[in-house]
Amino acid sequence: MTLNALLFQALNGLSSASGLFFIAAGLSLIFGVTRIVNIAHGSLYMLGTYIAYSLATKIGGAFGFWGGIVLTAIIVGVIGALIEIVLLRRIYRAPELFQLLATFALVLVINDATLWLWGPEDLLGPRAPGLAGAVEIFGRRLPSYDLFLIFVAPAVLIVLHFALAKTRFGRLIRAATQDREMVGALGVNQAVLFTSVFALGALLAGLGGALQVAREPANLATDLIAIGDAFVVVVVGGMGSITGAYLAAIIIAEVKALCIAIGVVDLGFMSVNFSKFTLVAEFIVMAIVLVTRPYGLLGKPQGMVRSVAEPEDPIRPATPMLKGLGAAVFILLLALPLLAQTSPYLMILAIDVLIAVIFATSLHFIMGPGGMHSFGHAAYFGLGAYGAALLVQLAGFPMLAALLAAPIIALLGALLFGWFAVRLSGVYLAMLTLAFAQIVWALVFQWESFTGGSNGVIGVWPSPPFDKSWVYYLLALALAVISVLLLRRFLFAPFGYAMRAGRDSALRAEAIGIDVKRIHWLGFAIAGCVCGIAGGLFAFAKGSISPEAISVGRSIDGLVMVLLGGIQTLVGPIVGASVYATLQDTVMRQTEYWRALLGLIILVLVLAFPQGIAGALSSLARKLGRKPGGAA
Amino acid sequence: MSVLSVQSLGKAFGGVRAVDNVSFEIGKGEFLALIGPNGAGKSTTFNMINGQLAPDAGDILIGGKSTARMKPRDIWRLGVGRTFQVAATFGSMTVVENVQMALISHAGRILNLWRPAGSLYRGRALELLAQVGMADAADRPSRELAYGDVKRIELAIALANDPQLLLMDEPTAGMAPRERNDLIKLVKDLVVERGISVLFTEHSMDVVFSYADRIIVLARGRLIADGDAAAIRDNAKVQEVYFGTGKTFQEASP
Repeated sequence: MTLNALLFQALNGLSSASGLFFIAAGLSLIFGVTRIVNIAHGSLYMLGTYIAYSLATKIGGAFGFWGGIVLTAIIVGVIGALIEIVLLRRIYRAPELFQLLATFALVLVINDATLWLWGPEDLLGPRAPGLAGAVEIFGRRLPSYDLFLIFVAPAVLIVLHFALAKTRFGRLIRAATQDREMVGALGVNQAVLFTSVFALGALLAGLGGALQVAREPANLATDLIAIGDAFVVVVVGGMGSITGAYLAAIIIAEVKALCIAIGVVDLGFMSVNFSKFTLVAEFIVMAIVLVTRPYGLLGKPQGMVRSVAEPEDPIRPATPMLKGLGAAVFILLLALPLLAQTSPYLMILAIDVLIAVIFATSLHFIMGPGGMHSFGHAAYFGLGAYGAALLVQLAGFPMLAALLAAPIIALLGALLFGWFAVRLSGVYLAMLTLAFAQIVWALVFQWESFTGGSNGVIGVWPSPPFDKSWVYYLLALALAVISVLLLRRFLFAPFGYAMRAGRDSALRAEAIGIDVKRIHWLGFAIAGCVCGIAGGLFAFAKGSISPEAISVGRSIDGLVMVLLGGIQTLVGPIVGASVYATLQDTVMRQTEYWRALLGLIILVLVLAFPQGIAGALSSLARKLGRKPGGAA
Repeated sequence: MSVLSVQSLGKAFGGVRAVDNVSFEIGKGEFLALIGPNGAGKSTTFNMINGQLAPDAGDILIGGKSTARMKPRDIWRLGVGRTFQVAATFGSMTVVENVQMALISHAGRILNLWRPAGSLYRGRALELLAQVGMADAADRPSRELAYGDVKRIELAIALANDPQLLLMDEPTAGMAPRERNDLIKLVKDLVVERGISVLFTEHSMDVVFSYADRIIVLARGRLIADGDAAAIRDNAKVQEVYFGTGKTFQEASP
């Protein structure tokens, strides 16, 4: 590799940094003021590319392209404002996780709307009029448009910086980022402020997406990829810091470019293709930054967010009624194979539900009592699934041994990732866990020779007698019951109490000798371990495992299940997982636009049941004047 | 040997010397008040003693052991209980569970994954609650309690590890005058009985002058006076720093 090649890649990195910067800057602004982590921000970015494509091709010419980019930014800004007014404004008072859920529902809806409007094909926009050529630089040809992008981001950064520093609107944004309640108390109209900030953030994302139109094709997968990258950038740069976002975008893009420039390196015993590990490199940068500067490069510790969530009731041992109900459900489930004689699909559905129950219960373990909102629980599902599948394929493990190994592999992963994650809290923790899940996904996806790449591992079928679906179902049932009861037992033991103590008041917990980080780390590891069981079961149930099954979508599924059921109750995740998995397997299969349908269902639930299904039921029971079952 | 010995303690935030060369000691069973006008460095001193802040200079000895670089939880293990200025309990637990939590931690059984915690040390926790007059509320969620009662729960939690030293940051902040006296009287009775030393910061002068065995006064980060109520009341420097603040240094009328 020559120095010129390296410098050329560095330039390339600078131009991809601009896209990252636009989306991260918007995300950061919105979070700073409204405290909403807008997962749909990647979708707005994606919309930007699609809209700019249409304007550039339909209107055509220099005006269609350049005017189209400006117009796109404005359109996306207006869409952002509408989203804020119609949806988010109703849920500012809801627990913060519900806001995440709502924005995730938007991701689904926007994705399907885009599919409906533009179709599934990748769409490459025209070359930029006036910048179609290339410049010779470091002995290679760099498209002039890329060169243009290198300068756009700093230009916008400077404009934003002065707008924030000098204008009244900018001062309000900065003030609200520090203490939004105080800003409200001082008589600032929060509704207008929030809407305009959301519109501005959306506009930036739309602009970033639109500018990509001549560089990369519009693609339906961009939304989640972009939001994943943007999370990393925002975390590295520091929440709420625009300059930090720019700095981080540059660093991340440069590190990736460097990996590509290094290419294949012969280490003597093996050759490593660094260009395949761009995502891993991104993660390493983030991990280093978070360990040394937990609030990002230019971030400041968050102002205290006064929780608006409903306070949680003390947990109580199961009442006789609940125990009886549990036993009845268990007996019904045991008898389920008898019913399945007539509809064989029932067993497949039931296995899916049981896997979902283990997955959701383990996630709830850290999200609810631990207060750690993991956005990357798919990582441990994936480690379990791939661990089991690869042990069968490469090491010839029998099924039961592989199923036993799955939670152990997941445990090791959770111990490693959890060690970093528990050093953070709130959104930072959510984003870090998401990033870890993306790393696992990327490793699996990019390390073709070991994991089969995008095809995954196939031919992982259960051995007899488990090859009959009803026997496998009973195995899954046994594992699900054991997992749920075990996690429940842990929650009622001193460990579970200590985990809640650390969540309720870390200060107080430390003052009575509890090492909160250590307790939360162990909790994280336990949850990961149990989640690995679900992963192992999944691999054998489907006979295969592919990267798609462990993508960010699965992490989000888990969040939806937990919140749907109600995070403050212990039976919540079981209810949520059952409802959600059943919906997914039945209603969703009926339509091509299942994402949009799912998104709409989530939105309705978020608006109608802010405490989740189980939470709503127990509130109802209380209202009816019966003795409340507590958070049993 | 003194229970707590603070030696030439110093802490600066940027250019501000919040605490500057402060030294004092607490003997066994002593009820020591740390007072001073706003910004005097009381909280900073306090937070260095309880381990939340690391001092820039000087040393802190608790039971002869240097704790200047220790974490709050390790200091607690040395037998130091504490209560917070803004009372902090575990809101998702019942009152008795709050105390049980401290007892479980004291017994080193936090990592237990099996035994139901609800039955561990419940008897002892109820005893402690009875001592602070909160036995009736044992099974209520702690977040439902009135603020004054939360302060009492905190006291029960702080006594759970049989402390030698109790650190109380503004124990009566946010309470009505009547409640204040009751709480301090309760604290005093409990600690005298057990021979516990207490260091407390306090804004309410009537409380300080009625109950403290000894008073130390901070102003602008420096220790300006150390003595009993009468000596402090007559101290010219103290009168100067408090002049115009409306404080009267009167004992509470019984």
